[in-house]
Amino acid sequence: MFVIKCPYCGERDQTEFSCHGESHIARPENPNEVGDVEWGKYLFFRSNPKGMHYERWTHDHGCRRWFNVQRHTVTDKIMQTYKMGQPKPKGIND
Amino acid sequence: MKYSLLNLVRNAFSYHENWQEAWTNPGLKKEYDIIIVGGGGHGLGTAYYLAKQFGLKNIAVLEKGWIGGGNTGRNTTIIRSNYLWDESAALYNHAVNLWEGLSSELNYNVMFSQRGLFHLAHTVHDMQEITRRGYSNHLNGIDAEILNKEDVLKKIPFINGDGRYPIMGALLQRRGGTARHDAVAWGYARAAENLGVDIIQNCEVTGINITKGIVTGLETTRGSVKAKKVGLVPAGHSSVLANMAGFQLPINSVPLQALVSEPIKPVLDCVIMSNAVHVYVSQSDKGELVVGAGSDAYNSYSQRGSFDMIEHIMGPLVELFPIFSRLKMLRQWGGIVDVTPDRSPIIGKTPIENLFINCGWGTGGFKATPGSAHVFAETVATGEPSKIAAPFSIDRHYSGALVDEAAAAAVAH
Ligand SMILES: Cc1cc2nc3c(=O)[nH]c(=O)nc-3n(C[C@H](O)[C@H](O)[C@H](O)COP(=O)(O)OP(=O)(O)OC[C@H]3O[C@@H](n4cnc5c(N)ncnc54)[C@H](O)[C@@H]3O)c2cc1C
Ligand SMILES: [Zn+2]
Repeated sequence: MFVIKCPYCGERDQTEFSCHGESHIARPENPNEVGDVEWGKYLFFRSNPKGMHYERWTHDHGCRRWFNVQRHTVTDKIMQTYKMGQPKPKGIND
Repeated sequence: MKYSLLNLVRNAFSYHENWQEAWTNPGLKKEYDIIIVGGGGHGLGTAYYLAKQFGLKNIAVLEKGWIGGGNTGRNTTIIRSNYLWDESAALYNHAVNLWEGLSSELNYNVMFSQRGLFHLAHTVHDMQEITRRGYSNHLNGIDAEILNKEDVLKKIPFINGDGRYPIMGALLQRRGGTARHDAVAWGYARAAENLGVDIIQNCEVTGINITKGIVTGLETTRGSVKAKKVGLVPAGHSSVLANMAGFQLPINSVPLQALVSEPIKPVLDCVIMSNAVHVYVSQSDKGELVVGAGSDAYNSYSQRGSFDMIEHIMGPLVELFPIFSRLKMLRQWGGIVDVTPDRSPIIGKTPIENLFINCGWGTGGFKATPGSAHVFAETVATGEPSKIAAPFSIDRHYSGALVDEAAAAAVAH
């Protein structure tokens, strides 16, 4: 259990939020031209690191907006939260 | 030394101080024919069947902590095989068949208890799900009884059938039940060592050596070791190991937790699970209620569950069993489980030659331990997936042939 800082509402208990998996996974631009392997990778394969993880959360019981979280998966410590559309941050304890 | 009544009596004369160690702590050799990474039930079992069934020698199991210290020793020990699809039915029922003879096979009491397992249904949708699954079980020769409310209340005297979660019926598998988790790891370890397998504890694999796409050996905290074949069975750490070999898996690792109560006199003689309210409970032979919760909904290797889950599990539990409301919970812990998109395991080859993987058992692989170990041993020994294992290849995530057991496994096992 931890506290998450929503970029729109500020710090709230984790139970107000829900996690929707790894972020920064781009949908293939031309789905019709993409083969099964690449499509399968896009849909199902994840980095699942023991360490820094970049992930999408929504503030379900608050502003209901989506945003990104950079969190360490061993300590559950949140390094930062940032808005959707912002590029993946580099160099912070990666 | 064989465990028998005669040897029990014989050892009583020396006050039970001269029992031989169940397994020893050998040093790591320079080279093995086969190395299994991960000393849980699945890994130890694999080594056992490789030696027993396929007569192979020069095998080691490398475990970073102590054997059975992973999910094998952390789970709520529920065993059943009433899954929906033919592929899963074959796999999990193979396991139940092996469970039935396991104590005598290993000469170790794994306390397999077929006390019967009830999947509760609280809504029309639940009834439809268990009915569909029950009929599919019948077609696969798996025992399944579809019960109505009256039957359930008769069989489980203390359950509250008219509370916040009214009971409409249940799916009963009488061959289902529980087993002693530690004993499974210990029994396989002892039996494997008797067949010459080296069980190396406190030996973490930190790197996988690959030359021209073929695995050649491992780096460990106890030095380098060569291997002709490697089988990865690291459960929650599967992605970490796959990463060392340069590929990704369709897996997310999440914490799953469980609790036990103070011990009480026998009150519950079966296993109860409810997908709808996410509770499952049984009573151990020591008298403790063993209660399982849902998994946390975010990736983590923290090996502890979140507090809000405890509330989500205890609320429905006391609603279903008001008589448990004044019990104290004594212990709570978490394990890291490797969850796949379709809630079915991954057993088979990897992109690296001679490197095999058995993982993705997620929240429900204890029940499969002997079956999983058995089919994986065949896969490693022959280099090709066994018939039962074949549908569970990594490739199903490219071909689309998923084995979707979300409904049968929606609750945490
Ligand atoms: C709380 C909880 C309740 C559960 N309840 C049930 C249930 O009721 N019924 C059911 O069927 N299943 C249940 N499960 C799931 C079940 O426990 C697992 O699917 C099963 O035990 C997996 O067995 P295993 O041998 O593959 O993994 P593990 O026992 O986890 O073994 C893997 C081993 O690999 C080792 N390892 C990892 N990385 C390395 C490395 N780099 N080098 C060396 N060794 C390494 C680990 O230390 C570990 O000992 C539950 C799980 C949890 C956590
Ligand atoms: Zn918000």
